[in-house]
Amino acid sequence: MSYITRSQAEMAQAVAIDIQEGSYVNLGIGLPTQIANYLPNDKDYFLHSENGLLGMGPAPDEIEEDEDLINAGKQYVTLLRGGSYFHHGDSFAMMRGGHIDLCVLGAYQVAANGDLANWHTGKEGAIPAVGGAMDLAIGAKKVYVMMTHQTKSGHAKIVKSLTFPVTGLGCINRIYTEFATIDIADEGLKVIDMVKGMSQEDLQAITDAPLIFS
Amino acid sequence: MIDKTILSLKEAIIKIKDGDTVMIGGFGNAGQPAELIQALIEHGAENLTIISNNAGNGYHGLAALLKSGKVKKMICSFPRQHDSYVFDELYLAGNIELELVPQGNLACRIEATGSGLGAIFTPTGYGTSLAEGKETREINGKHYVLEYPLRADVALIKAYKGDRWGNLVYRKAGRNFGPIMAMAAEITIAQVQETLLLGDLDPEHIITPGIFVQHVVQV
Repeated sequence: MSYITRSQAEMAQAVAIDIQEGSYVNLGIGLPTQIANYLPNDKDYFLHSENGLLGMGPAPDEIEEDEDLINAGKQYVTLLRGGSYFHHGDSFAMMRGGHIDLCVLGAYQVAANGDLANWHTGKEGAIPAVGGAMDLAIGAKKVYVMMTHQTKSGHAKIVKSLTFPVTGLGCINRIYTEFATIDIADEGLKVIDMVKGMSQEDLQAITDAPLIFS
Repeated sequence: MIDKTILSLKEAIIKIKDGDTVMIGGFGNAGQPAELIQALIEHGAENLTIISNNAGNGYHGLAALLKSGKVKKMICSFPRQHDSYVFDELYLAGNIELELVPQGNLACRIEATGSGLGAIFTPTGYGTSLAEGKETREINGKHYVLEYPLRADVALIKAYKGDRWGNLVYRKAGRNFGPIMAMAAEITIAQVQETLLLGDLDPEHIITPGIFVQHVVQV
């Protein structure tokens, strides 16, 4: 009953492999930003940043850091040759207007029907902040989630229905965790990949909604 | 002869009155009009409603404005940062109101004002707590939330270069809300790094045509 879970880097690699060349992609703050490190250098991918960048490149050397060139997480970035700048109206038109092929987000919970909760823990008195999460969730052609399978206290994050505040309804297409890759299909939650040595029972035990195994 | 350039920040800021709604450009520090904000703090107008993406970082700029106690309400999308000490303290003590708006809604509601639209239907936020109490409609099989334009008395924006007709260009990701806030507010004040002679800005490359801008000040 021993299995080796995927590291964050391996999760990021798994998502990167599934991204087609030529895709317009928005990588959400946090875990998903690591995906950029694993996109092949010899192919063209267009990274969109909500604050008005298309063709976002990797982090600069310290000497090149520019306060006017940051990503959605306020980290310094570069712009690739062929990249462009635009204002917030246009940036969110790209997102809301269905022009972004793929968005990868973190999550607190994902429901079996694709509902997403990732902007508020629901805790009384928590300081709320939403940013572009809701726009991304409903706007991108496909939305993937990259997250840990369970909370730190061992609760399942893939659930029958959300108990955390909603970010978007029925918007998630696929989930990548340290244990598995799961599609949200019409038939339900389909496991399309699982770490070696893990049994179907093990995976179902930590998931609060029925899984379909091929 | 029309000359929208002014020599002192004070000259323009003086138009901001107690109780005004002020749009402030910027995404984090990028494009945040620090000098205009400082002038606003010194001017001392109170009970302000501020529309901006964030609510300040550290103790400078927008955070300093909040700390001065002059802000009654924030309308923003992401107030909480790793260093949003000032906002956090005010909010937890109940000393500042917050209207949380998804970033895309902030953008299109500001654009709607500038474009003279009465209201917009957006899919963002449908089914979430931020759409509570709002009218919704199903259009072509998709659900939308009715949202109204966000207006402002004044917009403070940071551009890169401008000229005496108020034409503006911006710098990299410092552009963000600048062009749309410039369209929306009754009075738009832009701080620039450099003022140029008419014609130096290539008409093909002007991002904010001067029609939207009332004052340009080089800092």
